Amino acid sequence: MSDDHELRVSKIRDGTVIDHIRGGQSLNVLAILGIDGSRGEEVSVGMNVPSDRLARKDIVKVEGHELSQDEVDVLSLIAPDASINIVRDYEVVEKSRVERPDVVEAVLECPNPGCITNADEPVTTTFEVLEDGVRCAYCGTIVREHIASHIQE
Amino acid sequence: MRHDHLITSKQLAREDVELVLDRAAEIDADPAAVAERHAGKLLGLLFFEPSTRTKMSFETAMKRLGGDVVDMGSIESSSVKKGESLADTVRVIEGYADALVLRHPREGAAKMASEYVDVPLLNAGDGAGQHPTQTLLDLYTIRQNAGLEDLTIGVMGDLKYGRTVHSLAYTLTNFDAQQHFISPESLQLPREVIYDLHQEGATVREHDGLEAVLPNLDVLYVTRIQRERFPDESEYRQVAGEYQIDLETLEDAADDLTVMHPLPRVDEISPAVDGTDHAAYFEQAHNGVPVRMALLDLLLGDSP
Ligand SMILES: [Zn+2]
Repeated sequence: MSDDHELRVSKIRDGTVIDHIRGGQSLNVLAILGIDGSRGEEVSVGMNVPSDRLARKDIVKVEGHELSQDEVDVLSLIAPDASINIVRDYEVVEKSRVERPDVVEAVLECPNPGCITNADEPVTTTFEVLEDGVRCAYCGTIVREHIASHIQE
Repeated sequence: MRHDHLITSKQLAREDVELVLDRAAEIDADPAAVAERHAGKLLGLLFFEPSTRTKMSFETAMKRLGGDVVDMGSIESSSVKKGESLADTVRVIEGYADALVLRHPREGAAKMASEYVDVPLLNAGDGAGQHPTQTLLDLYTIRQNAGLEDLTIGVMGDLKYGRTVHSLAYTLTNFDAQQHFISPESLQLPREVIYDLHQEGATVREHDGLEAVLPNLDVLYVTRIQRERFPDESEYRQVAGEYQIDLETLEDAADDLTVMHPLPRVDEISPAVDGTDHAAYFEQAHNGVPVRMALLDLLLGDSP
């Protein structure tokens, strides 16, 4: 059965397959990775596909792009159950589960306008990863929802 | 102390607090003994927003240790006005001073600044963030008046924007104090602070009136409710009036209740309370000097 569902999203030659994304989160995953198709990359998205592990899952396949560790770290915040498959020449050469890091640096913007990280200062945004969100290491603001919308431009 | 900087009250473990308070008590008892202890040392005062009292308190503390201060002056006349970054300013002043005190309108400013300097940096208030030296002098005052063991404290007023309240609450979790928070609904403790207090295992009780808890309190810590927080004057009047302390209010209090306030007050505490044994707020303000002397002494270390 699951193979059948996998087929709904076309195979890729070289790139990354992100599987077991929580249902409905795939567009946020693409937002986090900064992928909007404008550079001509080939992207397939499967939404709310039946899954054994999660009731409904999303799948994202990106041709020609291997995720970096930084990208995986941020991904883990909104897709903690995701698995990452790096594909080269149609073969999965690396398979890993995301792990939540203790901190994410230089990725998110602090939503607090009064935070020093939003002043014109040489400071790298740093967020401590909590069980249910992230917290700015400078001002303490906690972000629980829509984390993807705070990704730095 | 284990720390080179004092940025947030969260970094103060129980031992740190006790170390500072014990040293402050020693200094309080015999100020002459430390009068020359830091002769020749300079404290850099960087106040990016005005705070005359805090600044004078640090200045007095440093001078009473035999040292002196260098002052950035007003923001209008400084290079900050010309667009210099905080990171640059602190690196320049670091060259002149043995320790720095920073007051800044932005949250997290002290943490960032501390990453750029090697001399000890003390946070004297960063926006709505932290004001840890206020917390230490509050704790010193509480210890003098009610003790820090088996403490039942009520904190009343604007708990949402009051950074002194947040820092104090964090630190009191180290002493297993029973904390009651009394405020209008719109000015309750931020959920993030509640979250932290729960993480520390503290029992947090919130109330919208003082009556039910007052008789059980050892300490009542009152803060100012500011008019700016309300859309209109009438709403402010209604709320503020409910959170005022006068002699009548205190009839239900324990005889040894200690009433505190970080000052300045407007009309939260009636002047009639000033003459009673309950009032500890002026003592609290005076305690800023020995507590800041103790801190500076610990951070500056032994004189050469
Ligand atoms: Zn922040």
